[in-house]
Amino acid sequence: MRALLIAASLALGLSACAGTPALRGTGDLGVVIERAAGRVQVVEHSQRTALGTVEGLGDLSHAHVTFSRDGRYAYVFGRDGGLTKVDLLTRRIDRRIIQAGNSIGGSISQDGRLIVAQNYEPGGIKAFDADTLELLADVPAEYAPGKFSRVVGLADIPGQRFVYALFDANEIRVTDFTDPRKPVTTRYPAGKQPYDGLVTPDGRWFLAGLFGEDGISLLDLWQPEAGSRKVLAGYGRGEEKLPVFKMPHLRGWSMAAGQAWLPAIGRHEVLVADARSWQEVARVPVKGQPVFVMARPDGRQVWVNFAFPDNEWVQVIDTVDKRVVHTFSPGKAVLHMEFTPRGEEVWLSARDSNRVTVVDTATFAVRRELPVDAPSGIFFSARGQRIGF
Amino acid sequence: MDRSLLIHVTVLLGLTALAVTSAPAAEPDSARQKDLIHLVRQDCGSCHGMRLAGGLGPSLLPEKMADWPDDSLVATILHGRPGTAMPGWQRFMDEAEAGWIVARLKQGFPALP
Repeated sequence: MRALLIAASLALGLSACAGTPALRGTGDLGVVIERAAGRVQVVEHSQRTALGTVEGLGDLSHAHVTFSRDGRYAYVFGRDGGLTKVDLLTRRIDRRIIQAGNSIGGSISQDGRLIVAQNYEPGGIKAFDADTLELLADVPAEYAPGKFSRVVGLADIPGQRFVYALFDANEIRVTDFTDPRKPVTTRYPAGKQPYDGLVTPDGRWFLAGLFGEDGISLLDLWQPEAGSRKVLAGYGRGEEKLPVFKMPHLRGWSMAAGQAWLPAIGRHEVLVADARSWQEVARVPVKGQPVFVMARPDGRQVWVNFAFPDNEWVQVIDTVDKRVVHTFSPGKAVLHMEFTPRGEEVWLSARDSNRVTVVDTATFAVRRELPVDAPSGIFFSARGQRIGF
Repeated sequence: MDRSLLIHVTVLLGLTALAVTSAPAAEPDSARQKDLIHLVRQDCGSCHGMRLAGGLGPSLLPEKMADWPDDSLVATILHGRPGTAMPGWQRFMDEAEAGWIVARLKQGFPALP
């Protein structure tokens, strides 16, 4: 009997162990969005493997992810306004709320205590406690009495502030959450129809890409009182625009070699601007309407994917020669890519091929293919340590 | 202008008008329907959302579609809407196919195959 008891308690002890995750770090973890299934795969990029899945995340078309500063939690923003805090270690939902009717993403504050969501419906931003997801502040993007703009380009910047643009109101706004329940917002005029924005990795410059005119609205966040100005104005040279079948996406990954590498709108070109003078220094012809123009972390290469119908292609630009050095197709409908933190490999999602391909960025050799159901965004936890992600 | 040619043109125009108003356009075959469903859910979905509930582009759910006449929706799909982010898709489908999409949107669009 006694032996049996000991055996039983041992077994219980063992099964308790099985319930806790193996001891490991989170610096090499990430999530891949399975957009149609409302599910994410938790992956790790040291061994290039999938660790498991987390379900029940709602409508993940245009899903975005930001990470807690300890790298344990992924905050997943769904199109349907869902905000889900996913534990990467246990691969379970820690908390989940529906915070809006239509959302496109969010970001985490400098101190890691606030999650801020950017919403189309109702137009505005909302701040939540990063631990509990309790709503702390609602900041409507009201631009005329009773009129609220869709918010784009939200980025965290130093000083518990967030910068974003208003698609419907041609404005840039900066909201300071130093007192999270009493946010203070400052408004700056911008060009027509800002479609997305980015903040440079030092948190100094906010660039709002414009859809309604050729150019970029630029705000110096070190001297915001000087106001915003327009750069790269008239890059289309008055020529008729090509149709844009998918809106490009901007983030701080555009900076490389002291320059900003930006998608042109309605032109099959990547625009290159000097990051001090903000003058155009080059433009690189590419295969289609660029969507993501992403520098490898060291800045020597810029990788580009494209809008429908050219979305099976990926091109690599050498930033010294400023020309395309490699063109390939990792599958059908390439929606996103994510570099490992130091850039030796890049993960590419091919929605209609149901796979993620891991490519060596020095040799362009395929290192691994992972089966994923209609993958879109790929997000690695190293984002949690970067300004503007 | 040659009179017989004029009559010819008039008759032709009349026939075209008849075809548009009375005869239902041929349905795309089932393989093409699958392609169109995929296109709408995935690629129109970039702006309108995979569930078509809206995003940068407006909601395409039946209650939103009901107020719009079919021909203006077909024209929007084929030629886009100037001043907005909506491009024209005529490179990728013909008028009958756009009409098929509009009819499906008004009923509640089919799920991905």
